[in-house]
Amino acid sequence: MIANLVQLAAEEEQSPLIPPGPELLVGTIAFAIVFFFFWKKLLPNINKVLEERREAIEGGIEKAEAAQVEAQSVLEQYKAQLAEARHEAARLRQEAQEQGATLIAEMRAEGQRQREEIVAAGHAQIEADRKAASSALRQDVGKLATDLAGKLVGESLEDHARQSRVIDRFLDGLDEAATKAEASR
Amino acid sequence: MSADQTQLAFDWSCRIMSDNGCGFPAPGLHSFLFQPIAEVGGFEFNKVMLLALITTVLVVAFFWAAFGKARVVPGKLQMVGEAGYDFVRRGIVYETLGKKEGEKYVPLMVSLFFFIWIMNIWSVIPLAQFPVSSIIAFPIVLAAVVWILWVSLTFKRHGFVGGLKNLTGYDKSLGAVLPLVMVIEFLSNLFVRPFTHAVRLFANMFAGHLMLVMFTVASWYLLNSWMIPAAGISFVMTITMILFELFVQAVQAYVFVLLACSYIQGALAEHH
Repeated sequence: MIANLVQLAAEEEQSPLIPPGPELLVGTIAFAIVFFFFWKKLLPNINKVLEERREAIEGGIEKAEAAQVEAQSVLEQYKAQLAEARHEAARLRQEAQEQGATLIAEMRAEGQRQREEIVAAGHAQIEADRKAASSALRQDVGKLATDLAGKLVGESLEDHARQSRVIDRFLDGLDEAATKAEASR
Repeated sequence: MSADQTQLAFDWSCRIMSDNGCGFPAPGLHSFLFQPIAEVGGFEFNKVMLLALITTVLVVAFFWAAFGKARVVPGKLQMVGEAGYDFVRRGIVYETLGKKEGEKYVPLMVSLFFFIWIMNIWSVIPLAQFPVSSIIAFPIVLAAVVWILWVSLTFKRHGFVGGLKNLTGYDKSLGAVLPLVMVIEFLSNLFVRPFTHAVRLFANMFAGHLMLVMFTVASWYLLNSWMIPAAGISFVMTITMILFELFVQAVQAYVFVLLACSYIQGALAEHH
């Protein structure tokens, strides 16, 4: 059998480098079909899809970029608002402090004034009381003294003018004594 | 062609140490001959032609399945197809010709690559076990397509005289050796180039097939008596060669397409 095949080789194929005709034809057809399908149908098909995909990806990237820009602007806006709010708060606090300070000062002044008023009123009252007490005392002491002196002397001191003069003189003497005592102290 | 001839490339009954007296049925040119399996109107149709046509069907069917209803979000098959397509388009065509010039030649290069690759791969597919491209007719057809393309491109781009200058490597600064260079360049570009282009693919596949058949046949032939360990070595070599051939098949398809691109690139390049 092997001898047959070798003989066949010798008969049919002079050299493996010389192409047999039918194979050339089949090869051409086989390759032409492959090329035709790739050229006309398959590669245009896939290229279209690849292009679509590229666009889809680029569209996605663009969208993402837009979203990022928007987020950035919103963030900046927010930051600006926040800064403004902080500023406002600081201003309000400052104002409140100032207002508080003036209020306290006002209150203090008012209190001072009221205190002084009260003190002054007290002084006036005391003065008035003292004067009233003094005059009342003067009368009572004069009457008591005259009564006492009348009883002692047995002499009527009813005469008003005389009586009054005597009392005043006595009291002046008392005052004088008091002033002297005070001065000597 | 007698009826007892089969498609087997060697005689099964031959074994080492057996007493039927036949030697090692070494593979040879007869390993590349096939009986016709059908005859259509005087046209003998054999296994290699069948494999070539199956190659066509397989390549078209696969890419039809992958790209026929291509989607923006790819399925698995489309992804594999795209990877292959992208490998040839970006990895070979754009690399050598650039995107602008190369785009036109992408369909040709993609078809060349996958057609050649699948033709080569038959070498290790059980039952087929024959690289279609080891029959020189197939590489010749493909190399001829590339040759016609780049030669016509040369003249189209540079005109008749410019094209000739391009083909002959015309360069005044060479002085006295210019005629010699022109003759060598002309022959080398126009005749040697397509020849080597075809033969490179053919010879690689031819040699690879011989090696595979040799180790396969030897594994069987040695499987007798105390030579059985040698059969084991031979079998390991068969497996190794299959793996190596898988590599060579892809590389040869790649080289063929790469050279085609570089020829076109040379045709389009400005005259130096």
